[in-house]
Amino acid sequence: MIVIIDYGMGNVGSIQNMLAWIGVDACVSADPEVLSRADKLILPGVGAFDNGMRRLKEAGFVTLLNELVIDQQKPLLGICLGMQLLGTGSEEGLLPGLGWLDAASHRFRFETSLLTLKVPHMGWNSVEAVAQSPLFAAIDAPRFYFVHSYHLVCGCKADVLAQASYGFPFVAAVQRENIFGVQFHPEKSHKFGMSLLRNFAERC
Amino acid sequence: MLQTRVIPCLLLQNQGLVKTVRFKNPTYVGDPINAVKIFNDKEVDELIFLDITASRTGQLLNLDVIRAIASQCFMPFCYGGGVRDIETARQIFSLGAEKVAINSFALQQPQFIREAADLFGSQSIVAAIDVKKNLFGSYRVYDSSRGATIDLDPVRHAIAMEQQGAGEILLTSVDRDGTQQGYDLELIRRVTSAVGIPVIASGGAGNLQHFVAAVKEAKASAVAAGSLFVFYGKHRAVLINYPDVAEMERLLA
Repeated sequence: MIVIIDYGMGNVGSIQNMLAWIGVDACVSADPEVLSRADKLILPGVGAFDNGMRRLKEAGFVTLLNELVIDQQKPLLGICLGMQLLGTGSEEGLLPGLGWLDAASHRFRFETSLLTLKVPHMGWNSVEAVAQSPLFAAIDAPRFYFVHSYHLVCGCKADVLAQASYGFPFVAAVQRENIFGVQFHPEKSHKFGMSLLRNFAERC
Repeated sequence: MLQTRVIPCLLLQNQGLVKTVRFKNPTYVGDPINAVKIFNDKEVDELIFLDITASRTGQLLNLDVIRAIASQCFMPFCYGGGVRDIETARQIFSLGAEKVAINSFALQQPQFIREAADLFGSQSIVAAIDVKKNLFGSYRVYDSSRGATIDLDPVRHAIAMEQQGAGEILLTSVDRDGTQQGYDLELIRRVTSAVGIPVIASGGAGNLQHFVAAVKEAKASAVAAGSLFVFYGKHRAVLINYPDVAEMERLLA
């Protein structure tokens, strides 16, 4: 059973429905006991960094997730803000992140010649896998839907799984052991998102 | 990858999905969630939902329908209809829509586009413009909330919408709506040559060649269609469908 962590950050209905659509057993929950029984976890997230960390803390999920993900090595997939929270912090806020990855989020800044590029980066974009990972297995010419103003910069290049380009190449997906993160929204990326979530459910 | 967005534009009336002809005679074509489920299977990159009663009657938003669409929709979608304050727009985004379209209210208060764009980002704000030819054959903006054209040149209005911060323009020809006779290329050309933001051509698509003309001749950035995706054959049997993506890629390349 995959548990989608409900900590009040964004509509998680479409993630749950996409998992149901591809026949993966999943539920949305804010109950620590349900989270503890999960085989795998999804940390979704739309909104501001500090707000996300504050809500995780208030729900008691920071300690719990450290137990489940670091001690018990349950696979976790962070989506969008959920990926950024895996790092140590963000320019968007003051609070520290979960600190599982040596990575921090920075706002998109462009050289003057590229100032026509809008922030947030919003829309479909091609994604290029730069490392082998079960998460991207058997996805041909992957493209995904993005909405974000901040992007993750990894201190450890080995954590970078995939890149996309918006003015410059940026990190689109990460993996360190059982910890996975994607900057884009698989739940809004139809067949590509379905393949990726199926990979997370079956191969990760 | 299909570089040109080909967007089903679906009309909501109460709980149901309808299709109009020249903005009249809405015909019931099914359940919106069922349509979303069919489009989920067809590699559709984006959907537009417009509630055609909300702005006319001033009725409150159908939040349950938007919520159901958001959680069943495996692609980004835009919602429009009856958005006339920031709180409503915020509600639509929080339910899970990626974009909000604003039409009649931008005619009364163009600066509302600026306010919404500043708060939610230009990328999330679509200025929808309906256009009808008047008795003298001139293009005029059509105001659905009044059911009449107003004395406003659509090109001037499109420029104003861009200046207010709209991220894109959904340009619909009332005269071509539901006719499947092809887009009003002259109208699209006039608007695309006057603004820098993407223009989505809408109203009149009846086949894939119409998409090609709107993009290549009239320089639309994206194309929207209604009838083409909800009717099939010359007897207009209701059938939710979407063209083969590979074929569109070839035609629109």
